[in-house]
Amino acid sequence: MTDPLDDLKRAFEDATPEPDGERRRVNLARAQKLFDRAQDSEVEQRRADDRANTWAGIEQGLRHMLNALNSRSVLAAAGVVAAVGLTALLVTSTRNATLRPPLIVADTGVAPESVASPPGEPEAERPAPGLGGEERADAGESGSPAPPTGGVHDARSPAPEHAMPAEGEAPETVVVESDLQPPGPAPVPNRELDFHAPGATADAESFSATVAALERQREALRIQLEGLPERSDDASAVVREGEVRVRADGRVAVAYEAEAAPPRPAAVAAPLPPPVEGELARGFVSAWTVSGADPVVRLPTGACATCDSQAPRAPNTEAFANEDASPVKVTSEEPVSTFSIDVDTASYSVLRSSLTNGYLPVPESVRIEELINYFPYGYPAPGERGTPFRPTVSVSETPWNPDTLLMHIGIQGRQPATDDRPPLNLVFLVDTSGSMDVPNKLPLLVQSFRLMVGQLDPADEVAIVAYAGSAGRVLDPTLAGERGAILSALDRLHAGGSTAGAAGIQLAYRVARDMAAEGEVTRVILATDGDFNVGISDPDELEGFIARQREGGVYLSVLGFGRGNLDDATMQALAQNGNGQAAYIDTLAEAQKVLVDQLVGTLFPIADDVKIQVEFNPASVAEYRLIGYETRALRREDFNNDRVDAGEIGAGHSVTAIYEVTPVGSPAVLHDALRYAGRPADPPVADGRRGGSRELAFLRLRYKEPGEESSELIELPITRDAGGADAEQRFAAAIAGFGQLLRDGVYTGDWTWSDAIALAVANAGDDRFGYRREAVTLMRLAESLAVAE
Amino acid sequence: MTSVPARDEELVRAAATGSREAFRELLELHYDRIFRFCFRLTGRREEAEDLTQDICVALPAKLKSFRGRASLTTWLYRVAMNAAHDRRRRAMSRTKAAEGWGEIEMSRLAEETGRAADLDWLRRSMAVLPDDLRDTVALTIDGEMTHAEAAEVLGISEGTVSWRLSEARKRLRAMRQEETGR
Repeated sequence: MTDPLDDLKRAFEDATPEPDGERRRVNLARAQKLFDRAQDSEVEQRRADDRANTWAGIEQGLRHMLNALNSRSVLAAAGVVAAVGLTALLVTSTRNATLRPPLIVADTGVAPESVASPPGEPEAERPAPGLGGEERADAGESGSPAPPTGGVHDARSPAPEHAMPAEGEAPETVVVESDLQPPGPAPVPNRELDFHAPGATADAESFSATVAALERQREALRIQLEGLPERSDDASAVVREGEVRVRADGRVAVAYEAEAAPPRPAAVAAPLPPPVEGELARGFVSAWTVSGADPVVRLPTGACATCDSQAPRAPNTEAFANEDASPVKVTSEEPVSTFSIDVDTASYSVLRSSLTNGYLPVPESVRIEELINYFPYGYPAPGERGTPFRPTVSVSETPWNPDTLLMHIGIQGRQPATDDRPPLNLVFLVDTSGSMDVPNKLPLLVQSFRLMVGQLDPADEVAIVAYAGSAGRVLDPTLAGERGAILSALDRLHAGGSTAGAAGIQLAYRVARDMAAEGEVTRVILATDGDFNVGISDPDELEGFIARQREGGVYLSVLGFGRGNLDDATMQALAQNGNGQAAYIDTLAEAQKVLVDQLVGTLFPIADDVKIQVEFNPASVAEYRLIGYETRALRREDFNNDRVDAGEIGAGHSVTAIYEVTPVGSPAVLHDALRYAGRPADPPVADGRRGGSRELAFLRLRYKEPGEESSELIELPITRDAGGADAEQRFAAAIAGFGQLLRDGVYTGDWTWSDAIALAVANAGDDRFGYRREAVTLMRLAESLAVAE
Repeated sequence: MTSVPARDEELVRAAATGSREAFRELLELHYDRIFRFCFRLTGRREEAEDLTQDICVALPAKLKSFRGRASLTTWLYRVAMNAAHDRRRRAMSRTKAAEGWGEIEMSRLAEETGRAADLDWLRRSMAVLPDDLRDTVALTIDGEMTHAEAAEVLGISEGTVSWRLSEARKRLRAMRQEETGR
């Protein structure tokens, strides 16, 4: 008998629907709005704190109290069917005449046991509507209009943590009560500090009256509070606040005004009733917004009392492909280094997206070879005929270590004359799932493709297939000359709708195969934010499918958009298996680079399965280390095995690999000689010269002409006399150093960000497209962020 | 090639200091997974959508209470689980009796896919499990969560998770035996 849990798992896989795209979009937008508002308030908060530090402890105290309150025993429900997730509110006064932004301390009421809920049904235990007025006796003094309905919710009533205002029945005022004592020493002063909740009104006149009243009140409150001793502990701080009324009987009451029409975007950080569209602020914003000052919503930290234990991370949907940095190898033990070339650039764009958003990238997201290969280098190009690319090697001093050398291998692909390139068949396979409905995803994608279509020759053909959302064939193969038809098909793409896991990828390849013809280049361009629900759900099966399609001569490029659930690892895997490359498009400028400036290189492979093998000479090189390419390592024997897949070079592409090598006898040698190992046959000489051989290493390159089965071999010795570094190599070294600083900086010693920046600036070259200048900007940003951390 | 799930931390940190982009990413990153989990808990698509929405609107505020000592996923699952419990309690208090796990959804799906037998089995299986076992199954069934993590979400020991799963297995076997008459 099979394991029923396994059966269950399979059944779930079949039965679990995808989230509705439209609701996903709405939910995300709503959450974002709430977040933004909370942030705006945060800024205000900080400003307020700066102005009056003595107030700083107060909210902290309140937060503590909130934690105590924030339990099932805290109930917020008005007499009507509603309660809200706001458990406390705090008004502070200001020192000067102007209104100071009030602090509103809001807790969502959701932590740790609850989350916002939809309208609930009134429960028997709850106070009946109308009872609410009683607790609001304190609100009358300033003459502020009393809300017509109010509520008191007794903390003892066993209702859910909170319920939501029912549609159309949002409570005017909610008073939250709790039996809980604030933490800290008990003698709670038997003193009730009042504040007044002006009633809801959008009327301008009563509005300003309310403001004036509120201001007077605050001043009074301030005086009252100043009369109190300095905050000595959390409990007293809470009491001092006055926003939370601590009554003689020890019960704590928190007043909360629910239904004011905020004159400004109100700070909201509380769960919202789902159905009240367009009234997001309602029921959660206090009347203090009437004062014209921005309210501040503070959220208690640590509200989640039980979520702090250590736990291993669960798998994440945004995963980066990487390996630990290649270690330093001892030449005598492992003289051969083998890897596949890599023309991907996604890691650089991801890095840029992180830095420009103000945070350092996670080290694992940095693949140094992709940073280096992002930039075009002016390596000498191969001739018109013969080998499609040309290697250039140089050896120079390592910028971050005077005792080692950088061995630089640059490969320049031939740039074919663009006017006689073969016709292209492109199938755009576009993810239109709901998550793509963000400006930097589908709209950017459409713009990017528009740019690209402008670059195509009239004889090229384009087809468009969408998957997830509006699935299916959007545009039948169409000559690029009919630009209008293609552009309007692009414009028809829209994200959302229910996600149908249509057989997008199979369809795309089928279309591609139909388009393919002798002497043409056919490529599927998959554009996605990481939703690889392309019709084959098993990743291995997907890779296998793509690898089989590769045999059919169809190439695959993967363009990543947005950072929502970007699945970098899968992108990489698919592009590698599909004889293609992965790029990440974060800006239109990047689209310009990948799809316009480097269109030919992006789309036309000139060599397939390009592998590099370097054999180091133990007589001259004691240790070596390949910088980057960790995910591209090949086994030594794979080099000569033509069945083992490797990277492609596109027309005009350049690929750079850098080794840091430690000459024999250098003080930088990290490994001690082994006591029991045999002495090297040739005793090392200080400068690595030996027997007239100045060879450091021997370079072997294998590649296949596109579509060929067997590989060609190029061999080249690398000597100490190989050309020194010029600006191109030095810039690459600066980027290599930059990448290492981002990753760990183990080998870069005391070399700093500034050193990297200086090196990059000095070697920016003519930088026709401005890529290098942009890199310098990013390096500066990284430096500042690193210092700030 | 290793997949490195290291981005949460970076995002939470950035979101906590106010990066809207980071917050957006974070939510997008986890949205579908939350939804799927909600579905497994409820068996009803609409219910799962609602639950997911609850969680979404709560998160901007909740985020601050995430202190990074638990994994974000674990924390999120707990939020979801608690939300589901709230709903369940409310449903119980309604006059209308709570429907069994996923009845409507399953029959709809069954019609659409013509896989009535499998889906019916799924529905009956989940319905046969008491809440605690069902929660535990829903947490662990997709294999993304270890027993230790599920234990943390549920606030029980790892051993209890394992016990519950074997208990669930037992009950499902019993159900099957009953049905096949063996």
